[in-house]
Amino acid sequence: MEVTFKHVTLTYPNGSEVLHDMDFEIPSGQLIALLGPSGGGKSTTLNLISGLLQPTSGDVLFGRENVTKQDALQRGVGMVFQNYALYPHMTVLENIMFPMKMAKMPKAKRRQKAIDLAKLVRVESQISKKPAALSGGQQQRVAIARALAKEPNLLLLDEPLSNLDARLRVEMRQEIRRIQQETGVTTIFVTHDQSEAMHIADQIMVLNDGVIQQFAPAQTLYTDPTNQFVASFIGEPALNLIPAQTLADALPAVFGQAAKSVQTLGIRPEAFALQPTDDPFLQARVEVVQEQHFGREQQVQLRLNDQLLEVTDLGPVLALNRPLMTYIKLPYLYGFDERGKRIYPHFNEVPAYDE
Amino acid sequence: MKKTIKQVVVYGLLSLGAITMLLPFFWMISTAFKTGFESLQTPVTWWPKHLVWENWVNAWYAAPFLRYLINSVIVAAVTTVGQIFTAILAAFAFSKLNFAGKNLLFTILLATMMVPVEMLIIPNFVTLSQFHLINTYGALILPWLGSFFAVFTLRQSFNTIPDQLYYAARIDGASDWQFLWSVLVPNAKSSITAIGLLQVIGSWNSFMWPLIVTNSETMRTLPVGLQAFSTDSGINYPELMAASTFVILPMALLYICFNKYVVAGISNNGLKG
Ligand SMILES: Nc1ncnc2c1ncn2[C@@H]1O[C@H](COP(=O)(O)OP(=O)(O)OP(=O)(O)O)[C@@H](O)[C@H]1O
Ligand SMILES: [Mg+2]
Repeated sequence: MEVTFKHVTLTYPNGSEVLHDMDFEIPSGQLIALLGPSGGGKSTTLNLISGLLQPTSGDVLFGRENVTKQDALQRGVGMVFQNYALYPHMTVLENIMFPMKMAKMPKAKRRQKAIDLAKLVRVESQISKKPAALSGGQQQRVAIARALAKEPNLLLLDEPLSNLDARLRVEMRQEIRRIQQETGVTTIFVTHDQSEAMHIADQIMVLNDGVIQQFAPAQTLYTDPTNQFVASFIGEPALNLIPAQTLADALPAVFGQAAKSVQTLGIRPEAFALQPTDDPFLQARVEVVQEQHFGREQQVQLRLNDQLLEVTDLGPVLALNRPLMTYIKLPYLYGFDERGKRIYPHFNEVPAYDE
Repeated sequence: MKKTIKQVVVYGLLSLGAITMLLPFFWMISTAFKTGFESLQTPVTWWPKHLVWENWVNAWYAAPFLRYLINSVIVAAVTTVGQIFTAILAAFAFSKLNFAGKNLLFTILLATMMVPVEMLIIPNFVTLSQFHLINTYGALILPWLGSFFAVFTLRQSFNTIPDQLYYAARIDGASDWQFLWSVLVPNAKSSITAIGLLQVIGSWNSFMWPLIVTNSETMRTLPVGLQAFSTDSGINYPELMAASTFVILPMALLYICFNKYVVAGISNNGLKG
């Protein structure tokens, strides 16, 4: 089921406008990640979709139907809360059966279905335990089973993995992906962890300060970010940001007309090479300040006209603190104007990338 | 060494407290076995010289105690169930719903807790007599069907149940009513039991109100019935004490069975009650 927001804004009762004019369309059957820093408005957006919150203005559409005025009871989405919100006095099986009981499904049938769901999320051996007796990962899977129990057209997950250890997180995100693909339910997954978003989602919506920064597949966010926020938020290690004056002499040749309005440069850590490359490049004289190896990863700190840059995959470094000629590959270089908007590369001349 | 002294002092004080609390009960039972003369004698005798068992029989037949017992049970049961029911609804509204004037209303109700119960006797009496309910179960029961103390205690307990469970229940298709009975109430069982027990005990022991609103033998409750032993010719203490023992016994048993909940109920809400 598609979910569409048309000019949705939300102001909380205390008067703070948290979402500003949100406009998006989520295609049916996809898994979408809602990614952004804390306080960006992710949970608020999710609650607007579920109907737990009503927008201050604008419309929410499910498919063609305008559901703006419907509350959570009528919208019938499935949702997994950040802290799972399992009913503590019920067993796992009763928790999973609860939505079906509310929907007045016959007892034998809902029992059978709950057992099937428990199998799907692999908690069938735990069904007679109370939630308090389960591990975080198991509770989370029970919460997913409960959310799936009423066969929603839409499944919402609010940071469902944030309480798990690193290994279980990886396991669970694959599990969620598997369940989503088996059931084909349109799923929206909130996270503030970019690698989680990248691994799980068909498309990622980056949200900051109540504004959608960009809504695109993971690869596009990385190679073609629309602004400084997305460029620096996505990517590990992070994009290097330096004032445009640092490369003032070289810029007009590269940016042409745009050179005057570029305020900040963004340079990906993998932009630097020791030899000229097939990509167009820009020459820069640097000094290597520090070099470290983590397994097969190389991390180098460079000084470029007083600016320190974190760089990876540079190649063999012979000496520290000596002038060294490097080649900055242009596809890994961005120019942003004073408001953080990307003006280089210009949007209709998206450069080709080596994948 | 220091620790042992401390323990001795602590246990000594606790024992002193326990003895002080138990002494009246011991005195009641011991008096119930004395002769009328011995009960008034000085110096007092702690242990009766002869055990006068007839006191118990005479006490039972001195008044229609069975009738009083039935009345007490009906009043305690109905007021308790009613009070719990209204408290659950009100506490739910104050804890989980948003409505205009919620805080104001809560403050006003909280202020009513400052009004001493005695102040309410006359207005309640007047109201009930205008409804022609004096000397009926209605008079014994109606004023006690709502208690803000119960609402307040239960609201505290509902507040500890996360709002997320409320949202989860909405998402799962539960109406407010269904959420209340299938999630909130089962999770607040111990508070509800505590409130219920406090009301049972309060109702069982209440004297003033039933005395004022009943005037026929058939409507009296147990504590009021104890008056039968105080006549113009004086008070028959041994029989009064025997009858008092009948009255207290059910509550003592109830307390022994449920004391865990009573203690929790009093200490949970931060009020001593
Ligand atoms: N009930 C509320 N009343 C007022 N302001 C609120 C309320 N809930 C959230 N906010 C504010 O709205 C903004 C967005 O909050 P939201 O919970 O949507 O962020 P989030 O992206 O989910 O963050 P997190 O990753 O920390 O969960 C925050 O600035 C927050 O302080
Ligand atoms: Mg959140």
